[in-house]
Amino acid sequence: MTNELVDFTLVSVALLGIGIYGLAVKRNFIRMLFAVEIIINAANLNLVAFGRFIPHSGGQTLALFSIAIAAAEVAVGLSLIIVAYRMYQNVDIADFRSLKG
Amino acid sequence: MADAAFLALTVITIGSAIAALELRSLIYGSIALMGTLGGIAGFFLLLDAPFVALFQLAVYVGSIAVLILFTVMLVKRELIFKKIEDKRRKFAGIGLMLIVMVALGAVFIDSGIKTITTDEPAVDFRDIGTDFVTYYWPALILMALILAGSVTGALVLAKREDVENDQRTS
Repeated sequence: MTNELVDFTLVSVALLGIGIYGLAVKRNFIRMLFAVEIIINAANLNLVAFGRFIPHSGGQTLALFSIAIAAAEVAVGLSLIIVAYRMYQNVDIADFRSLKG
Repeated sequence: MADAAFLALTVITIGSAIAALELRSLIYGSIALMGTLGGIAGFFLLLDAPFVALFQLAVYVGSIAVLILFTVMLVKRELIFKKIEDKRRKFAGIGLMLIVMVALGAVFIDSGIKTITTDEPAVDFRDIGTDFVTYYWPALILMALILAGSVTGALVLAKREDVENDQRTS
């Protein structure tokens, strides 16, 4: 294997940074969902990379579970977007004030 | 040292991740997100995990990205192209991103994982299948129930009709 573990972790850190930037700056609900997806993928990349270099099948198994749970999360998130869009005719999170706790 | 395929995948993944967040149109943004997810699948192939790579392609690129595209198409046209953010917040966000990247990257480079290399063969995907039906079967059933519940919940939420003409609409 020519690629080292630290290379994969550095790519993962870069993706995590981009995702945090997106969550902090963007006010569009759909774009924030993109950022969450990027962060989840960074985590999955780390899981599989460490699972390859240990080596143990647990990393890949956990990554598969994580992908499936992320699919469920996206389905719920998108339907929340649709409901909120119907209520406010907008996707700006600053307008979703009555969703505050 | 990393090889050429790794570098190409890095450029594709990180470039399209930035494009997904920064492109003006949400439709192009979600197509760029597909590029990020496909790049991650390529990394999985490099890591000798073809099963996870195909799962990633099927679930993320095949279903989630298409779901996001359809949701974007439901949103009004001018909202797709509208960019809502202020300058100061953007600079603060870039600073936060750089702090996270530099700090975590320095920790990783400085830690002992630089010396970790492996010559052992990759995990066979048959082992993963065996693990799923022997050791992890309760988690598998739980995950199936969660998936079914969340998809049903999403359908119920999206089909609600009492929110159509809400008074709070401005």
